[in-house]
Amino acid sequence: MNSSAANSPQEFSTPTGALLEVRNVAKRFGSTEVLKNISLNIASGEFLTLLGESGSGKTTLLRLIAGFEQPTSGEIWMSGERLDTLPPYKRRVNTVFQQYALFPHLSVRDNVAYGLRVKGISAAEINGRVEEALRMVKMLDFAGSRPSKLSGGQQQRVALARALINRPKLLLLDEPLSALDANLRKQMQSELKSLQREIGITFLFVTHDQEEAMALSDRIALLRDGALEQVASPREIYAKPATAYTAQFIGQTNLLRGEIRRGIATCGILRWPFEESDGSAIFSLRPEAIRLCADGKRQTTEVKFRGAIRQQLYGGATELLEVDCGNGQFLRVRLPASGPLTGDHEFIFAIADAIRVQE
Amino acid sequence: MYSRAYKSLVSVPPLLWVALFLLLPYALMFAHSFWAVQQGAIVHHWNLNNYRTLFSKPLYVEVLFRTMRIAASVTLCSILLGYPLAYFLSFHAHARKELLYQLVIVPLWVSYLVRGYAWKTILGSDGVLNGFLQYLHLTHAPVAFLLYSPFAVVLMLTHIYTPFVFLPIYAALEHIPRPLVEASHDLGANSFQTFFRVILPLSMPGLLAGATFAFLLTLGDFLAPLLVGGPSGTMIANVVQSLFGAAFDWPLGAAISVFILMLTISLLFLSELLEKRWVYK
Repeated sequence: MNSSAANSPQEFSTPTGALLEVRNVAKRFGSTEVLKNISLNIASGEFLTLLGESGSGKTTLLRLIAGFEQPTSGEIWMSGERLDTLPPYKRRVNTVFQQYALFPHLSVRDNVAYGLRVKGISAAEINGRVEEALRMVKMLDFAGSRPSKLSGGQQQRVALARALINRPKLLLLDEPLSALDANLRKQMQSELKSLQREIGITFLFVTHDQEEAMALSDRIALLRDGALEQVASPREIYAKPATAYTAQFIGQTNLLRGEIRRGIATCGILRWPFEESDGSAIFSLRPEAIRLCADGKRQTTEVKFRGAIRQQLYGGATELLEVDCGNGQFLRVRLPASGPLTGDHEFIFAIADAIRVQE
Repeated sequence: MYSRAYKSLVSVPPLLWVALFLLLPYALMFAHSFWAVQQGAIVHHWNLNNYRTLFSKPLYVEVLFRTMRIAASVTLCSILLGYPLAYFLSFHAHARKELLYQLVIVPLWVSYLVRGYAWKTILGSDGVLNGFLQYLHLTHAPVAFLLYSPFAVVLMLTHIYTPFVFLPIYAALEHIPRPLVEASHDLGANSFQTFFRVILPLSMPGLLAGATFAFLLTLGDFLAPLLVGGPSGTMIANVVQSLFGAAFDWPLGAAISVFILMLTISLLFLSELLEKRWVYK
């Protein structure tokens, strides 16, 4: 694991630990408010993912950091230096573009050398560094090829080498894997992750794919309609979603809407003790938190209910059941694959697994 | 599938048209260029004398070189005007893009002759420009070289052909994916470096097409020299016109035409070759 202990969120409250600070940044395009008062710190060496649906503002935030757009208000700082007032070519930030944006008139070698050439670095040093960068992404054999002769995955690698050769403090990746097919995507994910560990450069990764975000990131920043919904490590964001939106967006969940009265939470047929003030409440209960209750026994920390299996979706290692609890209440249950199931069954879940979330 | 009869029905008329109005005249012109004129009549006496005359008589050689000089000047001036204009429109005009584009195109709808006469009015001895210069007391007598000179021809043809140069360059610039420009800035290149390393190389096919337009259209032009060129601004097409007209030397006129045609075809071929080098797929 990375030595910077990027998983502990307390680290980022102190400005000294942050490589990049986004301070109250807002962005409007005409009358559309694309980003609303975003504040976010990225630690040095961290792999942070901006996750969100299309139109959530994640690419706009990336473009503000790269310098292709100017924030309407707010500031961006990097290593104690104001960043948002600098033109893109003066920022120690490089970008891997969604469609790679390789220069079609230049060979792979010249594409990778581009950043060094415009800085007037000597030819000898350029040759050495280009070779090193191409070796790192296993593209040395293609140095003389034109980008159009390469496959998507190969173009992806060249784009990475081209961005990394400038030794940026921060690498921005704008949905870099979205153009690849599923298998190649998985492979590139793991290559990307090990590359990031190897070189120790801070990665800011944009994606709409929550599985990808979970697999790669030290922390995930979930954006919704231009505002940050939650920023946390993948494990924390999955186990303790702050809002109903987060719970539904990251993985699958059952959202239980009900109310709390005199220390009892009631959601449809489900009831359990819950010591909080009275009022309506929403709980997130992951399908895998529910299991079959074969012996009918229940401990005081558990909730038992009865339901009829309406549908069973086989998923290899697991089965996803749709359980009808009566009164129009349906719950999704994920079980280890155990053969076809029908009819009424008793199910059980731990009270601690029902996470109260905000609307 | 289409029937044989249908296929011949649709393909024969255009083929006939091309044969009758293009291939046949070219063949006749080609044949004439090897014939001669004797006692005011064309005789079918095959020889190479017309080509010898074309390349040995100083008058024709001079006019030929002048024509190419004028064509090169017009091409250069049109690029110097058209490229910055196209660049500005494509990259910096934003919301005004459509309006400015229309303003560049509008002159194309005005008759060539009208624009020619307009330049006559502007450049003449008692024209707008001379009047203005004298009003400012910059000159005391009309400046003569403005009209009836190669300068006037270059000026008028530049005015007319700049939109033709602008259009392909603009199209090429519009086709450059903007992420490439952003990638260049991202990698540390300033606007100047980005232009010379990314934008200009990727717009070369458009620039080449525009240059080819301007050069070839000027090469065959005979109205501009007629209107504003005067004796010192005579171009090769005027010579051809007079040989086919007053001089009644069709064979020599045909020889010059064949030469111009060959020149045009070679240039088109060359431009095609270069374009293939510059198009990256």
